[in-house]
Amino acid sequence: MMQLAVRAEPLLDVDNLVVEYGLGNKTVHAVSGVSLQVARGETLGLVGESGCGKSTLGRAVLQLRRAKSGRVLFDGEDLTAMEGEALRKMRRRVQLIFQDPIASLNPRRRIGDIVAEPLIIAGVKDAAERKRRVHEVLSAVGLDPDLVSGRLPHEFSGGQCQRICIARSLVLNPEFIVCDEPVSALDVSIRAQILNLLEEMKARFGLTLLFIAHDLAVVKAVSDRVAVMYLGRLCEVGPSEELFARPAHPYTALLLQAIPVPDPDVRPAESVAGGEPPSPIAPPSGCRFRTRCPRADQRCSAEIPELREVAPGQFAACHHPLA
Amino acid sequence: MSTLLTIADVAVELPTPRGNLRAVDHVDLSLEAGRTLGIVGESGCGKTMLSRAVLQLLPKKAKLTGRVMFDGQDLARLAPESLRRLRGRDLAVVFQDPMTSLNPVLTIGTQLMETIQEHLELDAPAAKARSIELLAAVGIPAPEQRLAQYPHQCSGGMRQRIAIAIALSCEPKLLIADEPTTALDVTIQAQILDLLAREQRRRHMAMIIITHDLGVVAGRADEVAVMYAGRVVERAPTPALFKRMHMPYTEALLAAIPKLDAAPHTPLPAISGRPPDPTRPLRGCSFAPRCRYAAGRCHEAKPALTSAETPGHLYACFHPIQMAAGVDA
Ligand SMILES: Nc1ncnc2c1ncn2[C@@H]1O[C@H](COP(=O)(O)OP(=O)(O)OP(=O)(O)O)[C@@H](O)[C@H]1O
Ligand SMILES: Nc1ncnc2c1ncn2[C@@H]1O[C@H](COP(=O)(O)OP(=O)(O)O)[C@@H](O)[C@H]1O
Ligand code: SF4
Ligand code: SF4
Ligand SMILES: [Mg+2]
Ligand SMILES: [Mg+2]
Repeated sequence: MMQLAVRAEPLLDVDNLVVEYGLGNKTVHAVSGVSLQVARGETLGLVGESGCGKSTLGRAVLQLRRAKSGRVLFDGEDLTAMEGEALRKMRRRVQLIFQDPIASLNPRRRIGDIVAEPLIIAGVKDAAERKRRVHEVLSAVGLDPDLVSGRLPHEFSGGQCQRICIARSLVLNPEFIVCDEPVSALDVSIRAQILNLLEEMKARFGLTLLFIAHDLAVVKAVSDRVAVMYLGRLCEVGPSEELFARPAHPYTALLLQAIPVPDPDVRPAESVAGGEPPSPIAPPSGCRFRTRCPRADQRCSAEIPELREVAPGQFAACHHPLA
Repeated sequence: MSTLLTIADVAVELPTPRGNLRAVDHVDLSLEAGRTLGIVGESGCGKTMLSRAVLQLLPKKAKLTGRVMFDGQDLARLAPESLRRLRGRDLAVVFQDPMTSLNPVLTIGTQLMETIQEHLELDAPAAKARSIELLAAVGIPAPEQRLAQYPHQCSGGMRQRIAIAIALSCEPKLLIADEPTTALDVTIQAQILDLLAREQRRRHMAMIIITHDLGVVAGRADEVAVMYAGRVVERAPTPALFKRMHMPYTEALLAAIPKLDAAPHTPLPAISGRPPDPTRPLRGCSFAPRCRYAAGRCHEAKPALTSAETPGHLYACFHPIQMAAGVDA
């Protein structure tokens, strides 16, 4: 069903995206040919280890970092080909929520002004209209506009700052939000509150989300489908339930094993994440996961595995997928 | 086994414009050499202030009462110079934000080698070799190349791994890890906790792991202390705690963790609201405004730490869970 919906008309269609950074005279291969689709109204979770290129991918989708090659179609239009005014207009429809809520708020500005800022940038001149919108989104995220508007970011906790960031991202009435690790810096109880809030906002404002995180359990809690990324490439994409119940890619299986289980009788599997993640400056040939993969063989170093359908709607890039 | 650390009746008060803030409210804990204590609780409940009290690294205006005995010494009575030496060497710490322990203008190599050379009598080549070894041990790819880089050139995950390498570099007797893996992804978290456990066994090092995630301490700590509003509200050997939690707060912390076996879009049982303002202590149980079992006395008096039937299991609650169950519904 979901796959059909995606094929019919994805809101976001990322096609063979390549993003690189220069580091001295070397090149960091941060995103190396990623393709994915997100259907309207869907939440796609994106997981992977630190440095695998999740944020780079998110930023490249929003054109905050320009891709070396590949396309980003949003509602049928190619963002990578857009510039200036056209891109600015488009940006109103796509927003970003960052991992570090406190750092992403200007410490010297009042909350009301911070949340109103996107409206000013977008050219909403009517001050009363701006105030109305700010009130609406602050209340929506569970803050009292009259109490918080005049205060400064340092007067708020991390969880409250993340609510403010979410309010700011909603103020332009976007269709699509990239949530880059929105709960990674929050503690367990606030994390649960913010995850519930995101779900509520999604339903209320009809949002489509790309939800980036490194915690599989967090991702599963909010995502319809999940994409697993390793060292700049996608390993596996599929519906959340199926992917977690029957991971086909050895890396997905490894991520699942690494989740801390709140039960002392389940001994943590020692060194589940054996080996070191290779450097994205010189990624391994063939399958990028092969240096840590228990199933790796000759073919894995010679041939890049392509994403192939292993179950309905579930795709894995592996020469020897798990049964 | 010998007791390495004793925290006796420790309280920390901070003067603030809003009034006196009691960050730590009369805590007693002890730790034996080679053992691991997990301290769990939400942000703001005093975990960091407690560990800073142990390290004698409190903010200047803070008032510390009670006693901290480490390795036979009363830390409050040590001269600043002896304290400084102790902290680099026998008593190491890893903070939540790696930038707290890293210097942004020095290369990673310089920072590691300086620490190693200051506390262990090694020459430069030996210190460099040890640095590379440590970086490799904490999972840094291409460690030799990293030595020449600055912290801002590394991802957040790598920075924390480097901070951990620095903390481990002098083989401390006690490592206090304050939310060491909160900002890291799960595989690296697992690796680092494995690494800490390995190093701990090898060196007979004691460890305090501070976290907000009960999942992190479940398989790793010998004993767990749950903190709320500056106090220890439940404390038990880890297996006993997970077998039967007595404090509603401990139960709520566990319930708020997203579970892998739950279906997508299942609303999480979040604990509503926030801990109380520490400058406005409540008369009754600090958890009462958020507690689903709160009734009667809960709003009037503070429950004291009481022994449960399992040895070493203490809890502070008027309606511990096994008795409240059923009554509540
Ligand atoms: N400005 C930059 N210059 C050079 N390299 C960079 C830059 N930004 C990121 N990188 C590198 O690109 C790769 C991908 O980084 P990215 O931030 O996208 O990872 P991530 O998956 O979001 O990681 P995390 O989980 O730590 O946030 C990493 O190897 C990183 O070190
Ligand atoms: N430097 C400081 N000055 C005043 N209050 C502080 C300072 N640092 C922390 N606090 C307060 O002390 C209490 C306990 O904080 P902390 O120990 O950092 O909690 P945790 O580590 O459990 O998140 C909180 O109310 C916090 O706001
Ligand atoms: S392609 Fe080979 S190395 Fe890569 S995940 Fe599959 S089995 Fe492992
Ligand atoms: S004492 Fe009362 S309010 Fe406090 S945790 Fe126990 S039941 Fe809840
Ligand atoms: Mg990132
Ligand atoms: Mg803390």
